[in-house]
Amino acid sequence: MVEDEFFYGHKACAGCGGSLAVRIALKVLGKRAVAVLPAGCMSAVGFNFPQLCFANNAIISTFAGTASMLTGIEAGLRAKGITDFVAVGFAGDGGTADIGIQALSGAIDRDDDILYICYDNEAYMNTGIQKSSLTPFGAKTTTTPAGKNAHGNLRPKKNMFEIVAAHGIKYAATASIGYLPDYMKKVQRASEIKGTKYIHVIAPCPTGWGIASDESVEIAKEAVDCGLWVLAEYKNGNYSVSIKPKNLPGLQTHIKRQGRFKHLTDDDIAYVESQRDSKWNFINQHWTVTQGGIK
Amino acid sequence: MKPHLRNLKTKWTLQDYPDSTAYEAGYLTSKNAGWRSVRPVIDAEKCTGCLQCYLHCPDGVIFKSGKVVAIDYDFCKGCGICGRICRLKAIKMEVESK
Ligand SMILES: Cc1ncc(C[n+]2csc(CCOP(=O)(O)OP(=O)(O)O)c2C)c(N)n1
Ligand code: SF4
Ligand code: SF4
Ligand code: SF4
Ligand SMILES: [Mg+2]
Repeated sequence: MVEDEFFYGHKACAGCGGSLAVRIALKVLGKRAVAVLPAGCMSAVGFNFPQLCFANNAIISTFAGTASMLTGIEAGLRAKGITDFVAVGFAGDGGTADIGIQALSGAIDRDDDILYICYDNEAYMNTGIQKSSLTPFGAKTTTTPAGKNAHGNLRPKKNMFEIVAAHGIKYAATASIGYLPDYMKKVQRASEIKGTKYIHVIAPCPTGWGIASDESVEIAKEAVDCGLWVLAEYKNGNYSVSIKPKNLPGLQTHIKRQGRFKHLTDDDIAYVESQRDSKWNFINQHWTVTQGGIK
Repeated sequence: MKPHLRNLKTKWTLQDYPDSTAYEAGYLTSKNAGWRSVRPVIDAEKCTGCLQCYLHCPDGVIFKSGKVVAIDYDFCKGCGICGRICRLKAIKMEVESK
């Protein structure tokens, strides 16, 4: 990690998890990072001419085109004989799992030498908190309101990590801004691999999640510790858990401290717990699970 | 090295605008200090320089200063993450006076 700051003076809300994910990845990659940011909070808060907050080369792409612009940048720089660079994209959950999934899938299929990082704040935050396919079950957004009949989002969170892995990608990982050393190791590891790499980092948004600005790191750590967000890697056809939670506790406290889940009933929470438990049953049977951090 | 604040020109002529959509990286013309209602204050006696606050600051405004750390108040937003992450309670969040 370098001491230089590459994402500075940005206009993200105080305590923004996404901005921490971008900042830390750039500190791992250093000035050789050539960044692509589609429409979304990180481009909106980073490029407000004349306030330009990326100190490395960075460009805004179309909303759907993060991966295709990365492909173009990688090919272009290579054609110019430049070798010491990492083409890295930072796209939101909507930009990744909804509108950008086709370009991403194509890049993985061609095994383009790019690093794609999805900072997941679990909704379209920049346009005012609309549901994406990565919004979890039960979350209240402006398009999935909470009322008597519908308790927020009715659909489960799309499993982007395994969808990407199912392409047979060179490297995929999940991460959390609550476990920065693990995230940094994964960014470093990905940058040393040739081919397509994907990292999915959970990055709480105080504004959209209904949490205080000083809670985003803590909530991101808690999500891992209570088994809701699984830290994992996929490489050479194998799935492995990076950090295994000590136990699978009740989710009442973790869920209820977030404003977006305030309306959930005990039954709703029991359902989330049962979904989590069956996921871990599967993981324990089929994935490599070692206690402690990644080696 | 980190981007620094420049003087924002008040009068722009056509020549001042970029002739393409590219411009200098890390070009800052405005502070974020006004966003703050509380400010983190470091107790240099308690701080061991473990750098956990430096690592977790979303704005990257904490930097090493000798054996301890200091804060770039021009860009700190007062989110409080640093205060919460510091196990030694060496950061106190104080109400902004002005
Ligand atoms: C093609 C297109 N459709 C819609 C938009 C409007 N738009 C800009 S940002 C944004 C939300 C992005 O959500 P996400 O990708 O999750 O990133 P976040 O803002 O949450 O960081 C939308 C819908 C756009 N810029 N381009
Ligand atoms: S709305 Fe959320 S993701 Fe967007 S800048 Fe604010 S805290 Fe960050
Ligand atoms: S976390 Fe606390 S002890 Fe560590 S460097 Fe920051 S202020 Fe000092
Ligand atoms: S209050 Fe927030 S922005 Fe200010 S130094 Fe602490 S972590 Fe950084
Ligand atoms: Mg989002």
